[in-house]
Amino acid sequence: MIRTVLQSAVCALALIPAALAAQDIAVRADTLYTMEGPAISDGVVVIRDGKIAAVGPATSTAIPAGIEVIEAKVATPGLVDAHTVVGLAGYMNQPADQDQLDTGSPIQPQLRAIDGYNPEEPLVDWLRSLGVTTIHTGHGPGALVSGQTMVAKTWARTADDAAIVPRAMIAANLGPDALDREKGPGTRSKQIALLRAALTAARTPAAAKRDAKEGEAEPFEKLDARVWKDVLAKRVPLMITANRAQDIMSALRLKDEFGIDVVIDGGAESYLLIDELRDAGVTVLLHPTMARHYGELENASFTTAAKLREAGIPFALQSGYEGYVPKTRVVLWEAGWAAANGLPREAALAAITSDAARAIGVDDRLGSLTVGKDGDVALFDGDPLEYTSHVTGVLIDGRLASTEPR
Amino acid sequence: MSMKFTRHALAAASAVLALSASAVAAQERPIAFTGATIHTMAGPTIEDGTLVIADGRISAVGSGIAVPDGAEVRDASGMVIMPGIVDTHSHIGSVAGADRSSPIQPDVRAMDAINPRDATIAKARAGGVTTANVMPGSGWLMSGQTFYMHLNDGDTIEDIAWRFPDGSVMGGMKMANGTNPIGATPGFPGTRAKSAALARAVFTEAQGYCKGDRKKVDLGKEALCEILSGKRLVHFHTHRADDIMSVLRLQREFGFKVLIQHGMEAWKVADELAAAGVPVSNILVDSPGGKLEAMESRLETAGILERAGVLTSLHSDDGIIDSRLLLREAGLAVRGGMSRDGALRALTINGARQLGLDDRVGSLEPGKDADFLILDGDPLSVYTDLQQTWVGGDKLFDRSREEDQLLAEGGYGAGNPMGLAHHHWEAAEAEGMQ
Repeated sequence: MIRTVLQSAVCALALIPAALAAQDIAVRADTLYTMEGPAISDGVVVIRDGKIAAVGPATSTAIPAGIEVIEAKVATPGLVDAHTVVGLAGYMNQPADQDQLDTGSPIQPQLRAIDGYNPEEPLVDWLRSLGVTTIHTGHGPGALVSGQTMVAKTWARTADDAAIVPRAMIAANLGPDALDREKGPGTRSKQIALLRAALTAARTPAAAKRDAKEGEAEPFEKLDARVWKDVLAKRVPLMITANRAQDIMSALRLKDEFGIDVVIDGGAESYLLIDELRDAGVTVLLHPTMARHYGELENASFTTAAKLREAGIPFALQSGYEGYVPKTRVVLWEAGWAAANGLPREAALAAITSDAARAIGVDDRLGSLTVGKDGDVALFDGDPLEYTSHVTGVLIDGRLASTEPR
Repeated sequence: MSMKFTRHALAAASAVLALSASAVAAQERPIAFTGATIHTMAGPTIEDGTLVIADGRISAVGSGIAVPDGAEVRDASGMVIMPGIVDTHSHIGSVAGADRSSPIQPDVRAMDAINPRDATIAKARAGGVTTANVMPGSGWLMSGQTFYMHLNDGDTIEDIAWRFPDGSVMGGMKMANGTNPIGATPGFPGTRAKSAALARAVFTEAQGYCKGDRKKVDLGKEALCEILSGKRLVHFHTHRADDIMSVLRLQREFGFKVLIQHGMEAWKVADELAAAGVPVSNILVDSPGGKLEAMESRLETAGILERAGVLTSLHSDDGIIDSRLLLREAGLAVRGGMSRDGALRALTINGARQLGLDDRVGSLEPGKDADFLILDGDPLSVYTDLQQTWVGGDKLFDRSREEDQLLAEGGYGAGNPMGLAHHHWEAAEAEGMQ
C-alpha cells in the first residue's frame, strides 16, 4: 500500500521506459545551492540530454525557448547517500527480502551487490521521494567480509541500468557485530588475523602465478582471490566498518601493512582519533547522526560530524543499516541533525552532496550543479535541513522522478 | 505532593546533598522569567511574556504581569518557553515487565524493574521530557503495569512516581495485539483470533472476580478490576487497521479506557477512532517497514488524526526513537500535515490529558507544576537548542554545564548500552529476528 501510495505520485512517470530520451528541462530557484561556490540567489539550472548545460543567476543565464521550467524556493544537487543497504535489505524485513548478508562463510568478497539489488524496492522509492538520487549500497554488517557494494541511481528498471559503479568497495566489518563464537571469527584478534591471512595469500607470488594462467578456466573459489588482488592493487578500496577506537586503529594498521586503500565506515569514536585519521589520509563514512547510542555506539556523539569538519578530515553522511523500525534512515534528515549539532549548514549539505560524491568516487559526474555533470536536482519549499520543509520535486538525469511534495 | 515533601526532608537531613538543598532553597524564592515567547498550550502564544514560579508550581503566566516582591528575575528575552514534554510511550530506565512464563501477567509492575539512576532518564530530560509513561514490552498480550514517571531529581522509584488520588503509584496496563505477542512459546497465542480470545477470557474471568467479595486476593485480577472500573488506562500496542478495530471491539465489550499505542495504520481508521472517542499515542518513523505491520506507516498519520478530531500525542518508544529527538518528531508531524500548534500539543497537553495528568502538567497555567522548557528559538526548528529543562521548579538540565552537554549530545562516557539495548532486542526477538 505504501508502494501504491508512492506510486500514485509517480506512477505515470515510473512507467516511462528508461530508454526514452532524457528530457531538456530547466530549474529556477530562489536559492540555488550549486555546492561549487556560494549559493546563487534566483538561480537557474539548464539540463539538456540529461546533463547540466548551464548554471547561473537568472539575470545572466538564458533558458532556451520552449523548454519546461520547474520553479522552487530552494534547489540542491540530487542527494547522495554515502552508504546504505537499501535495495538489498528490503522493507518487509523478512528472510525473503534480506539480501545484504549471507552467513555461509565469514569472508566472501566475491558477492556482488548488483546480483542482489532490487530497483523496485519500496525503500528505494522512499529515498528518491526525499531527494536522494544516488546511493552507495550493497552488502551489510554481520560478516567479517560480507561482499561488494555498488553506486546506483535511485530510478531505474533494472540493476544494470541503475548501476553507475557496479563494484564500488569491498565491505568489511570489525567488532562484535561480525563475530560468530561457533563458526568464527570469535574474537577481534581473530578477525584481523583472518583479514591479514586473506591479503597475505593474495599477494604471494605463487597465488599470482596460478591466477595468471591464461586460457585456463578459473575454479569458482578463485573469485575471492581475484577480488583481494584488486584490493592489493588499489583497484577497489576496502570499506572497513569500525566504530570503537581500537577497531578504527586496527583498520589503519591493515592499511599500513598492505598498502591498500581503506575507507572508514561508522567511525563512532573517530573523534578520539583525529590526528591518526588525518595522518592516515582516510575518508570517514560517518554513521547516521541519529544512530542509537548503545552497544558499539554507546560513546557516539551527535557532534562527530562537526568535529571531523573542524579537523579537515574528509567525511560524508550515510543512512546506514537498520535491523528493525525504521528500516532505513534518510540522509537528508541525518544532515539536519548534524546541522542541529554544530555542523555549518553548507557543510551539512556538502556531506550529502559534493563531499558524499567525492567519498564514494563519483564526483566527476555527481554531487554538484556543474556544467557537464548529471542532471540530478532536488527541489524544496524551504530550508532543506528543516524537518518541516518538503521535497517538492526530484530530477534524475534530467527526467522528473517525483513531483509529489514529501 | 507527598513525594515533594519527602524530597525536601531528605535534602534538609542530608549534608552531602548540598546541591539539592541549594536548589530547593532557590526554588522557594519565586522566580520570574521575563521577555520570553511563551507557548502555554492553554491559549494563544504570548509574546514578551512572563512566567512566575514558586514552590515548584506556576504562580502566574502572561504578558504585562507584575513580578512579585522578592522574586528573582531571569531575563528570558529571545527565548521560547513551553511546557515539559509528556512522552506517552517510553522504555527509559532499563524497564522490564513480564517474563516468558505466560502471555498475560497483569500482576507484574514496571516500577519494580526501573532503575531511577539509569542514564537514559537524564538523557530524556536533556531532550525535554518531564513526564513519561514507562512501559514493559510488546511481546505479550498483557505485559504488566506501566509507570507514570515524573522526571524530577528523585533517588528512588517512589520519588519519581506520579500518584493516583488515593496515593498509590500511578500507571496503566500494557497490552498488545498483532504479531509481537504471537509466538511459539507455550501458552502464547498462534493467531490474531486466539490473541483476542485469550484477552476476552481474562477480562470475562475478572468481571466475576471483581463482583465477588475479593477476600482471597488475586493481585493480577485486582489490577484488572482497576481497568474495569476505569481507574487504570489500557495502553494497547497495535499497528494494523484491523488490529486497531479489534481493540475497539474489546473496549466496547468490556468498557475500559484505552489509548491506542503506535497506531501505524491509524490513518486508515481515523474516523472510527474519532467516533469511538479513543485517543492515539502515535509514532512517526523515518521510513516505512522494518516489520510487516509497519509497512504502511506514514508521516501523514498524526495530521490525519488531528483533522479527524482524534486526541493525538507523539511518543518516542525510546530506544526506537531517542527521547532527545522528540521535538524533531514533532517537526516531521508538521511535514506530514499536522498543524504547528497541534504538533506542540501532541508533545504536551494531549499526552497529559491521555494519561489523566492534565490537572498537573501539559500546559503552563497557574497552579500546575513548574515543568517547562527554555529553548533558544522555534521548538520545531532544527537550529534550535533546548537550553534548560525545569521539573517541579528545579532546573535539572542546563546545556551550559559540561556534564549536561554530554547528556544532550553524547560522547565518551555518556553510554549506558544495556539499558538502551533492552527494548530494541526484546522487540527484535518478538519479531523472530534474533
